[in-house]
Amino acid sequence: MITASPPVKETKNYLNNEKGIKSWLLTGDHKRIAILYLISVTAFFALGGVFASLIRLELATPAGDLLESNQYNKVFTMHGILMVFFFLIPSIPATLGNFLIPMMIGAKDLAFPKINLLSWYIYIVGGIFTLYVLLTGGVDTGWTFYTPFSTSYSNGYVIAAGLGIFINGFSSILTGLNFIVTIHRMRAPGLTWFRLPLFVWAHYATSAIMILGTPVVAVTLFLVVLERGFHIGFFDPAYGGDPVLFQHLFWFYSHPAVYIMILPSMGVISEVISTFSSKKPFGYTFIAFSSVAIAVFGFLVWGHHLFVAGQSIYAGLVFSVLSYIVAIPSAIKVFNWAATMYKGQVRLETPMLYALGFIGLFTVGGLTGIFLSSLGMDVHLTDTYFVVAHFHYVMVGGALLGYLAGIHFWWPKIFGRMYSSVWSKVSAALVFVGFNLTFFPQFLLGYMGMPRRYHVYPPEFQVFNVLSSAGASVLALGLILPAIYLTWSLKHGEIASANPWGATGLEWQTASPPITENFEVTPVVTTEAYDYSTQQEVVHVG
Amino acid sequence: MASHVVAHKPAEHEPVNTTLRHHFASDEQQKDAATIGMWVFLVTEIMFFGGLFLAYFAYRQAYPAAFASASGKTNLWLGAANTTVLICSSLTMALAVHAASLGKKTLLVIFLVLTLMLGGAFLGVKAYEYHDKWVHHEVPGAHFECEGCDDAGHAPLFFSLYFGMTGLHATHMLIGFVILVILIVKAQKGEFTTKWYTPVEMFGLYWHFVDIVWIFLFPLLYLIDRSHTGLK
Amino acid sequence: MSDHSEHHIVPKRVYFAVFATLIAMTWVTAWVSTVDLGRLNIFVALSIAIFKASLVILFFMHVKYGTKLTKMIVLAGLYWLILLLFIAMCDLWTRTWMGVPGR
Repeated sequence: MITASPPVKETKNYLNNEKGIKSWLLTGDHKRIAILYLISVTAFFALGGVFASLIRLELATPAGDLLESNQYNKVFTMHGILMVFFFLIPSIPATLGNFLIPMMIGAKDLAFPKINLLSWYIYIVGGIFTLYVLLTGGVDTGWTFYTPFSTSYSNGYVIAAGLGIFINGFSSILTGLNFIVTIHRMRAPGLTWFRLPLFVWAHYATSAIMILGTPVVAVTLFLVVLERGFHIGFFDPAYGGDPVLFQHLFWFYSHPAVYIMILPSMGVISEVISTFSSKKPFGYTFIAFSSVAIAVFGFLVWGHHLFVAGQSIYAGLVFSVLSYIVAIPSAIKVFNWAATMYKGQVRLETPMLYALGFIGLFTVGGLTGIFLSSLGMDVHLTDTYFVVAHFHYVMVGGALLGYLAGIHFWWPKIFGRMYSSVWSKVSAALVFVGFNLTFFPQFLLGYMGMPRRYHVYPPEFQVFNVLSSAGASVLALGLILPAIYLTWSLKHGEIASANPWGATGLEWQTASPPITENFEVTPVVTTEAYDYSTQQEVVHVG
Repeated sequence: MASHVVAHKPAEHEPVNTTLRHHFASDEQQKDAATIGMWVFLVTEIMFFGGLFLAYFAYRQAYPAAFASASGKTNLWLGAANTTVLICSSLTMALAVHAASLGKKTLLVIFLVLTLMLGGAFLGVKAYEYHDKWVHHEVPGAHFECEGCDDAGHAPLFFSLYFGMTGLHATHMLIGFVILVILIVKAQKGEFTTKWYTPVEMFGLYWHFVDIVWIFLFPLLYLIDRSHTGLK
Repeated sequence: MSDHSEHHIVPKRVYFAVFATLIAMTWVTAWVSTVDLGRLNIFVALSIAIFKASLVILFFMHVKYGTKLTKMIVLAGLYWLILLLFIAMCDLWTRTWMGVPGR
């Protein structure tokens, strides 16, 4: 039931201890920076969603009646760029990671608060470049910027778009750098590596990928900009340049990038499943090492994006085998989460609903990735809607659902308010149903041969396309509702206690919302992680 | 998870530690964090240059004749001299850090200034080389020509990489310059003590890294097939 | 993991010895390039460069006297660089193995 909370004397916390816009824009407090990111990331997500809506509206009919082909190319390019670089990559690390990692390790802040703030400003500058591209006419190369189209033939704003992503990459790098140093050197006394929450392990692995991969895509886009600006022939076959070299350089980052997007989500899922089963994660060590394994192996498979591009078939064989292997750590995690719930006291609160959705949808997405890792099957499926469905299952069904689970799980900690349990569960259901209706038909479409990045298609594909577009409207509703009830909760939600979910973890031992220094005194850790034996009866029941 | 908490409030009459940021527990932790942070950043730089090195190896392998004769157009002596200059600047930078660690302010300033001058000499030679290339139409573009080059059609790839890699390297040196000037001013003001000279040390790491990149650029760009292209 | 090695001050003679070696190897690498060793030239050049870089990393950058974590970070960076270069080059090296036109 939603009841207006009675007027309560506000305790001093990080939200109210300093007022005014300058105290936000010049803050060093990792929690405030997390909120700055939360607002910006949500804005870019909404914008990316607008482009998604345009895509699904156009594809409801076989003819190209809403958009011309050139416009459609720009729409799906923008959708990709915004969603990949400006939403998925920063989403959990820059919001939940920034907010929670210092708290989870008992620190007062990240190692480098000023660099943290700088990373947000860099993100905004990158965003401004991208908005400039959007407003001046767009870019039509796809978010993948394949050469020589992007360097020599495109009429879009490739240079500005490339620069925007290049700049944004430094935001990612600085965030990862901060996390690595912080996790290594700022843990509270007694907090050994194997007492860390799995969320922290996940972000450590993610940060390693950010550090090692992002610079490569940065230099690649830089070369594209140089080539387009100065007509230098790095990737131009006329000068002996190799377009496949571009693809190697691009995917060396962009494949590990998908693990940047999914690992933090997996970290959230570990926390949520454990809390709402009141049970220590089964196989904690396996989950921790799997995160690291995914980060390491994730760098060895990028050639599976080049199977039909002209890559050596021997390289293709090796990449194919490695792509099968990289699925194993993820599978280990799924088994461990299921085992965590077994004989646990499962409570179906909203974060748990999203987590359960994640497990199912990520599994489907992951398994369909295996289809694509097979060289023979990939010849049939590449550049079809099968691929589109695969990556949306892992990116939306996986990464986004993990993000939503995390937002709903830690909302009471971040803002000190509970949100409507009914509306949040309804939204979760809408997201799940809408998502499946949108993307499952796309597996079938792809298998039947519908190519991606086309705005027209043969009439026999229309039924599934209409189902998909219908699903998109349900999904959109499910995603808009949280914006409403979560915002509403800021003023009218029930005041949250320090630990409404009965979770373990240092962040739950301090006030909701926390004070600026996070803890009154630095905690000393003497117990293992996920010790539910000391938990009192759960206070909040949804 | 925490079973007891320990107060970490500073004692009443302790001297104020102006260089210790509030979120660190000790000077040592802060210094260690800075060092690791700097190294993580340098790893990103390794990967950043790495992309260019991949392009280099890819195209050298594809067009060995073009690369060999194009490389012969670079000036071996200037390249070797520049390498020497940069190694000298690395020595002066290491000695600057050494002086800082011993609190020798004047020596620190002298070595930082020497580093700056040597770096400036390097960039001066590079500017001369770039100008020379421009004059001889060896800049990729509409007026490109590689006189007497084997497989001249693919020579622009070498020069694109030459300018791209040395240009990126020079950009890093210019950024280093700006920081070096700031450090010299701060050092002259006496801001660095034996207890805290972290910025000098961190910049030293950056400067040495820039030197290492050049240590690889020199043989890869200047020394491809000198037994056939000669010593000019 | 926090082994303390921050207070070690490297004696100046070490710096000068490294410096002399670096200068000497620079001239060696320049000279070797004028000798026709065929396919070995690039290996020799890279080996010398790697040796020089190692000296700079270990002594000028103090990694020899640094923490285990620092050493790990350096090694990770080098390993990933090798990964990028080696695996991508493997594609380029093996493209013509099958003898199929266009491959």
